[in-house]
This record gives sequence, C-alpha cells and structure tokens, in this order.
Amino acid sequence: MSVAVTVAGIQPEEPIRTSEAGPAPKRIVVAYGFWIFLLSDIVMFSALFAAYAVLVRATAGGPAGPALFSQTSVAIETACLLISSYTCGLMTLAITARRRLGTYIGAAVTFVLGAIFLGLEIHEFADMIARGAAPQRSAFLSAFFALVGCHGLHVTMGLLWLAVMMAQVAIKGFAANVLRRLFCFALFWHALDIIWVALFTVVYLMGVRS
Amino acid sequence: MNILGNLSWSAIPFDQPIIMGTSAVVALGIASLLAWITLRGYWPYLWREWFTSVDHKRIGVMYVVLALVMMLRGFSDAIMMRAQQAMAAGGSQGYLPPEHFDQIFSAHGAIMIFFMAMPFVVGLMNFVVPLQLGVRDVAFPTLNSVALWLTASAILLINVSLFVGEFAKTGWWAYPPLSELQFSPGVGVDYYLWAAQISGIGTLLAGINFVTTILKVRAPGMSYMRMPVFCWTSLATNLLIVAAFPVLTATFAMLLLDRYLGFHFFTLDGQGNQMMYANLFWIFGHPEVYILVLPAFGVFSEVIATFSGKPLFGYRSMVTATLAICILAFLVWLHHFFTMGAGADVNGFFGVMTMVIAVPTGVKIFNWLFTMWGGRVRLSVPVLWTIGFMVTFVIGGMTGVLMAVPPADFQLHNSVFLIAHFHNVIIGGTVFGLMAGYNYWFPKVFGFKLDERWGKASFWCWLIGFYVAFMPLYALGLMGMTRRMQHYDNVSWQPWLQLAAVGAVIILGGIICQVVQLVVSIRNRDKLRDVTGDPWDGRTLEWSTSSPPPPWNYAILPQVHDRDAFWERKQRARMHPEQRAAARRYEAIETPQNSPVGFVNAFFAVITGFALIWHIWWMAILGLCGIFATMLAFAFRAHDEVEIPARVAADFDRAHPAEVLP
Repeated sequence: MSVAVTVAGIQPEEPIRTSEAGPAPKRIVVAYGFWIFLLSDIVMFSALFAAYAVLVRATAGGPAGPALFSQTSVAIETACLLISSYTCGLMTLAITARRRLGTYIGAAVTFVLGAIFLGLEIHEFADMIARGAAPQRSAFLSAFFALVGCHGLHVTMGLLWLAVMMAQVAIKGFAANVLRRLFCFALFWHALDIIWVALFTVVYLMGVRS
Repeated sequence: MNILGNLSWSAIPFDQPIIMGTSAVVALGIASLLAWITLRGYWPYLWREWFTSVDHKRIGVMYVVLALVMMLRGFSDAIMMRAQQAMAAGGSQGYLPPEHFDQIFSAHGAIMIFFMAMPFVVGLMNFVVPLQLGVRDVAFPTLNSVALWLTASAILLINVSLFVGEFAKTGWWAYPPLSELQFSPGVGVDYYLWAAQISGIGTLLAGINFVTTILKVRAPGMSYMRMPVFCWTSLATNLLIVAAFPVLTATFAMLLLDRYLGFHFFTLDGQGNQMMYANLFWIFGHPEVYILVLPAFGVFSEVIATFSGKPLFGYRSMVTATLAICILAFLVWLHHFFTMGAGADVNGFFGVMTMVIAVPTGVKIFNWLFTMWGGRVRLSVPVLWTIGFMVTFVIGGMTGVLMAVPPADFQLHNSVFLIAHFHNVIIGGTVFGLMAGYNYWFPKVFGFKLDERWGKASFWCWLIGFYVAFMPLYALGLMGMTRRMQHYDNVSWQPWLQLAAVGAVIILGGIICQVVQLVVSIRNRDKLRDVTGDPWDGRTLEWSTSSPPPPWNYAILPQVHDRDAFWERKQRARMHPEQRAAARRYEAIETPQNSPVGFVNAFFAVITGFALIWHIWWMAILGLCGIFATMLAFAFRAHDEVEIPARVAADFDRAHPAEVLP
C-alpha cells in the first residue's frame, strides 16, 4: 500500500513528467479512448477499401463505375457532409461557451445536412438497383454497396446519436458527462468526413476516370 | 411464412445419440446448478455482487471461469477426435460420422481460440493490469462489463448450436467457397459467424479499454519504463486487438452479406474472390496468435523474476522485443497460404519476415534464462510451467521456422505436422502461460494459495501428455498425413495415432488434477490462507495490497519511484527500519456504480444473434431495439459513482495489516 516513506533524495526536484503524473483526468481519458475506437473503426474501413480495390474490375459483365456514378449528386452529397462538419464545429464552439440556443441551432443544421446526404445516398442506391446494378449483380457492386453503405450506416448512427445528445442537453443540461459525449460525437462526425474524403477519391473520382 | 423463420423441430438432432446424450447431460448439469443456486438463495448475491459488477477484479474472475468451462468443452472435442482417428483406419469407420467429425474439429478450433484462450487472456489482464499499474479500476468500468457479457452471450450461442441446429463443418477459418450458402446451406456457419461477431465486438471494446487504461491511467510516478512487463505485453496485445479485430469483423461481415443478401465477395459466381478471404482472414489471424501468446510472455516474465528473487534480466530488451513482435505480427500473414501461388518474391518476403520474428522471441528466451542464472530459483508450480514452456516453446518455434521456408511449407502445408507445430506453440506458450498465471495470481484473487502437490501433478501430466500427444503428429506429418481426416486407408499411421490418443488421455489426467487441485484447495483454504497479501515475496504493486484486494484496490494511490515498485519499497523498509511510515491521510473514494447494462445488453445480443441465425426477422429487430433502449437507459441514468467514505477505507486498512509496510 502506498506509504509515503520520506527518505531523503527520493522526491524528485524537477517538475513531474506527464508520464509520471498519475491517472489522467476523466475528460482526457474518455477522449483518448474514443480516439482509439475511431482508429479501430478506420481499420475496419480499410478492410472494406481493400476489398473494393481488389474487386473493382470484377464486374462479371455487369455495369462498371463510369456508367453508374452521377458526379453532380455525389458533389452535392460531399458538400453537405463537409458543411455539416463545419456546422458541427460551430456547435462545439456554442457548447464551449455553454450557449444552449447556439448548440441547438448548430445541431439542427448538422442534422439536416446529414439527413440530406443520407437521402441523396439512398436515392443513388435505389436508382442503381432500379437500373439493374444491385449488389447481387457482381463482386464489384457488392464491394461498392458494402463500402459506401457502411459509411452511410455510420452517418445514420451519427444522426441517431446527435438526436439523443440534444435530448440529453435539454434534460440534463451541460453536465460533465454530457459534455464528454458531445465532444466524442464531434470527433465521430469529423472522422466520418475523413473517411468520406477517402471514399470520394477512391470510389467516385478514380471510378469514373477508368 | 413461418413466424419462427427457419427454426422447426427438425433442427434438433433427435437421431444422433451422441449429441442427444451430451445435450441431456449438459441440460441436467445446468438445471441442477440453477436449482442449487435457487435453493441456497444465491441469486440476489450473484446479481448484486457479480452479474452487475463493474469491478475489474470480479470481471476478470468471471472471464476466467468462462474460459475454464470452455476448456472442458474444447477438450472433449479434442479427445473425441483423437479417439476417432485412433480407430478409423483401413476398413473401420470409427464411431463418428463425417458430418459430425467435421463439426467437432471446427468447434474445437473456434472454441479454443475465441472462447477459451481469449477470455482467459482478457480475464488475467483484467484482474492484474489495474493492480500492477497501482490504480483503482480500468479506464471504462461499465464498458468492461459490457465486453464480458458480450463474450458470454457468444459462448452461449455457440453452445446452443450443439443442441439446436448444427455447427460449422468448415474449420475455424470458414474458408469460402465451402462456407458460402452454395456448399454450406445449414445454420452451422451462421452460428459461428454471429458468435464470432458478437464476441469480436466484446474483445474490441476490451482492447480499447486496456490501451486507454495502460496509456492514460497509471499510478503517480509510474512512467512507461517503470511498468511491469506484464503491463507492456498487455499493451502490445491490446494494440493488436484494436488493429486486428476490426479486420475480422469486416471479413465476417462480407461473408455474412454473401450468405444473407446474395452478395458476391467470395462466391464462385459474380467474380467473387476466394483468396481475398484467405488474405483478410489471416491479416487478422496471425496477429491473433500474438494476441494470445504475448500476455503469456508477460506472465512468465513476472513469475521468473519473482521466483528467482532477481529483477528481470534485460527489461529494456524485453520491452523492445515485445513491441517488435507486435509490429512484425502484421507482416507475416501470407505464410498461412504459401501454396496460394503468389510467386517466389512474395513468398520469399513473407518467409523471411516469419523467420525474423524468431529473433525478438529468442531475445526473450535468453532474458528469462539469464534471469534464472545466479538466482535462487524456487521450484513452485508457476515456475514449473515456466520452465516447461521454455523447453516446449523453443521446439515449437523451431518447427515454425522450418515451415517458414516456402519449399518446405509446400510439403508440410495442411499436414498434421502443422497441427503439431501450432499446438506446440499454443499449448506450450499460451496454455502453459495461462496455467502459470492462474497458479501465480490465485492467492491474490481469493486470499489462499492453490495446493502445490496437485498443481505439480497437473503440470507433469500436461507436459508428458503434450509430448506423447503431439510428437507423433510431427512424424505423421512427414509421412504425409493431412489434417482433419475422419478416416484414412494407410494402416501404418494407426499406431502413431493410437499413441497420440494415449497422450490426450494423459492430458485429461492433467485437467482432472487441476479440478482436484481447485476442490482440495477450497477445502483446505484455512491451511493455505495467506494473510500477508504477498505470498511469493513479489516485486510488483499487486502484492502490496491485501488478498483479496478491497473494491477500491488502493485507499491511497501508491507513489512509484522505481521499476519493481513494491520490491524497492520493501528493500527501503528493510534498510531503514527506523523510518516509520508517515501517517496516512484518507480521503473519500469515488468508485463506479454497479450497472446491469452489460448483462441486459448481452441478453438482447443473444436474442438478436439467435434470431439472425434462424432468420426470425421480427425477433432480430426486437433484439436490436432492446440494445438501443438499454444504452439509452444507461445514458440517462442519474448517478455514475458511489462514494466510499474515508473511514471505511481506513478501517479496512487497519483490519488488513498487509496494507502497510512489512
């Protein structure tokens, strides 16, 4: 057990190093753990990206990327998602200033933009399936739907989470644990952006060029 | 449409006497256990103190209990296979029909890896790591409970497959196209995949939790280079978990999409790519091997330093070797399928990388040897396991390097030589390490030691049984016997396989000795009681608190000045007996509140998993809604923590003199 044995020369004279400072505050621990989770999530996406890269030419005689992807629609999707990241940042500023109204407005705009993104994606999927480009058609389409769909599923979860968080702010106010969760949400939302940028490049930009 | 999806009475194998007999015995066992708990009125106690506990020590114990039970299950599969192969030569077909034999070897692999070794490793880390770090709990205690119960629900699902439906007949890798709907239309593969997905999420959560704990939650003064080696190997293992398990999740998700929605990732039609599965699976699978063995290396490091009465030789090189293995683990996956035909350059690269891993591993072996050299080694049970490991693991490692040579591997690929090799390293490395850890930390967990005589008997049975069971397989592999044979025509193999079966029986003796050891120790617990909290003259912080430790571990967080923090403190007290311990100032302790969220969440996970396996869609949706509602209830709960008054902690310390300096 910790008994402070006072022996001369043992107490350090220099300021305590971070690695020796003892357990980090809860705020740091939670954010750090969430970062680790995000990294693991990105590893999962990397497997889907790898599968897509392997299977991108495996069209089995079915339609390929250039014939399927509508760049206008994807450009609007991308704009929505990137702007929603910006409004999510504004929401974080409002939270830091403990302004409820600003938080609600930021969250509402973020939510709407996310929902538009999701709506466009679902529309794109439905359109492709209607044109005979369903995931069951070829290995390429399987990989496409799994990769893009997995991102879409993450956005859906994010929207659900955001709604719950607003309910928490309304009921519990800016309690310490609510604040921690809000910051984790912001990290999550920005991470989805990063994945989308990679996805946009690999799937939609490189996809229509070939 | 059937309201129960594909589930019907035909799912229960009434025509198979072996399965029905086993199921009856298991059902009877569970029923009598439940009846005993009910009659004794233990339910409220179990619920309050265990099922809803978020204490890392309780959670660790529950993980290990799960693992020990699953070891019995996995071992019954093993001994059935050994018996079958000892009989089924030439004209004889043995006693197991092929479709049953195939399920048994698949279940054996899946259970031993995912549901025996993994929970055991995670359980040991759970109990030991926060104590060694000198802190009160892991970073996320409730998440820890969620992870435990997810593992438990996966274990439940995989055991239900014994009675309702069937298990996979594909081996534990579930390689497509065999595992695709076209060739495995039954529920067996689905049972395996959903169980692995559920437990995989649990393991990932545990991994995130431990990486955060080790990097962010340590006692004051405990810099990285003062951490015990077990914490270092745990860190490496959990980094591997975080980096490897998501790949498994993605891979199995792809296979599930193929099976459920007609996707074409790995199918024969639609230009699916079967070898992509092999690559993805082993990008997870090879790090998994190190996930299992690195914590064992940590246990051996602790045991050998403690029982030699010396600091670990080459601490820095041990840490470096651990992290080197952690990185190299991701660069060798292709050696599992050199025969894929990737070409000489690719095979050459992966062959060389595989051999390179032998270097840091060799460093470790020498460090352990040099730790013993010049020390006063006490040949206690944990040390016996450690020495047994050093001899056995070196042999297994050398056969591994042999197979890392691609031309040799072309000859030995999927032969029983390979089976002998990986059992050599997994039993000789992981299992021996887990047993050493079990014997070493048992007194810390329960406050009394395990019986030495039965422990030694168990060790010798395991060691001798291992060699008798697996050395013949090396010979058989060189003679050309392939793995997973329900029947063979070459009768000259039979004597070797009969010898191997004898080995399995000797190992059974070892397992029986272990059970007896536990029973005898519990019966003699007053004689074996350890009141000092430090029965082995330990070096690390876990031995500085009482056995069993209080829920808060340390009333006042220890201040760490050195590596082997507790040993140094004992030395200082010995050298300066005139210096009395300063008066301790106790403060109220915040501990996380117990929560049923893990248990309830797992309940819904079982419902969801079972529903998905049998295509009962309404039930799956119900289960998912249940999981969401559980999380919502948790998010809105009013209190996170309970406060333990300073007086309670002070009283505990006074009642347990182990808490103060010797």
